[in-house]
Amino acid sequence: MAKLRFHIRYPEEKIPSPILYEIGKEYQVVPSIRRADVRETTGWMDVEFTGEADEIDRAVQGLRQKGCMVDPIELNVVE
Amino acid sequence: MIKKMQSLVCRECGKEYPTQDIHVCELCFGPLEVKYDYAAIKQVMTREKIASGPHSLWRYVDLLPVEGTHFIGLHAGFTPLVHAKNLGAFLGLDNLYIKNDCVNHPTLSFKDRVVAIALTRARELGFETVACASTGNLANSVSAHAASAGMKCYVFIPGDLEAAKVLGNLIYRPNVVEIEGNYDDVNRLCSEIAGERHWAFVNINIRPYYAEGSKTLAFETAEQLGWRAPDQVVVPMASGSLLTKIWKGFKEFEKLGILDSVNTKINGAQAEGCSPIATAFREGRDFFKPVKPHTIAKSLAIGNPADGYYALKTAAESQGAMDAVTDDEIVESIKLLAQTEGIFAETAGGVTIGVLRKLVKQGRIQKSDVTVAYITGNGLKTQEAVVDSVGRPFRIPPSLSHFIKTFAIEESA
Repeated sequence: MAKLRFHIRYPEEKIPSPILYEIGKEYQVVPSIRRADVRETTGWMDVEFTGEADEIDRAVQGLRQKGCMVDPIELNVVE
Repeated sequence: MIKKMQSLVCRECGKEYPTQDIHVCELCFGPLEVKYDYAAIKQVMTREKIASGPHSLWRYVDLLPVEGTHFIGLHAGFTPLVHAKNLGAFLGLDNLYIKNDCVNHPTLSFKDRVVAIALTRARELGFETVACASTGNLANSVSAHAASAGMKCYVFIPGDLEAAKVLGNLIYRPNVVEIEGNYDDVNRLCSEIAGERHWAFVNINIRPYYAEGSKTLAFETAEQLGWRAPDQVVVPMASGSLLTKIWKGFKEFEKLGILDSVNTKINGAQAEGCSPIATAFREGRDFFKPVKPHTIAKSLAIGNPADGYYALKTAAESQGAMDAVTDDEIVESIKLLAQTEGIFAETAGGVTIGVLRKLVKQGRIQKSDVTVAYITGNGLKTQEAVVDSVGRPFRIPPSLSHFIKTFAIEESA
């Protein structure tokens, strides 16, 4: 089992959607929220996914298809 | 040498960790930074001791996150602080200074500061291989320092990077890895590799130490001003880390009694084509929205800045401001700095000077304020940004008469 950490950002229109719940149902991954800030117009979460590495990859793609921005927990490391 | 590092501490929840190669809090995933024993440091760090130290950033070793005395990057830092009288006169400022990291060694950008610290610490932690994800200055510096230290080096770059930038790495013979993808792909892959390999990724798992190198810009500024903090500084922002560390550097000197007081306004500068932090500031938000970068200031083109939140907090705490300039303003400002002070800065320098001009016009920086603008890289690295706007040489036949005619000089009798 792999554990991978991500910073997930929600577009405004997705704030009311239970996206993380849906991802947990659609893919064999267990999300664990460590920090989050969800407001009326923006929202982000720092999340750890536990699961098979390939399945986590698919879950990340699923998040992107739902309109989320998914980055490594370090955010942008290219300098 | 005293034991100055106590721990790594989470900037969010305060949980402490040993001073190892970790960068994210296991509990809340917040970023880690070095916690120092300031009481112990205060016993040994004085103005006199600093002044008698080497002419490099290592004169401030008591406030840097290394344990030994076998340093890598012996020539980084202690760059000139230029009293910019001509540019000051143009802008209406009596006390403008340029902190000129165009001439930082060995690779002509401020990155030599952070990399000197990162590689020294990496070797202390037992690493033999160093790595980074970069599009320019950072890769150059890591490659050069690794070569001089005899360490293995991997540099990860996007596959479509300009040839000149690739060459600037290859000359030092690191393993340059071009990723078939864009910046985001490089970013993601490097985070994954950092989790897999026991390598020192300077801006990932060594980041808590690496970032501390930026403090030396503040230390040097204060010393070179005659042991005082400036009234205003203007700092370019990519991840936002540099701005927060300059503030931290001044405050550390104040805490240790090396400076009597610090009332510096910390101002941040970005390019309009990638200004998530400056935009948040202008809109009065305490959070930023990520952007897709599109600017000639590529060394600042980080659309999802890791320290953006902390940079906003620093500006608020110090009562500073932030603003952004267009690509045209960047080019004009590069030329202005070159033509008034003889300093050829890279595009990030154009961003700094452009925003300095804006802040003066807005009345945020006053005529008598002691103001320092940080120029973080050399213009020879980004010549393509100005090549079409600097004119052409005069071309004449090899004759005195043509020369005199071309320049309308009166012939002598």
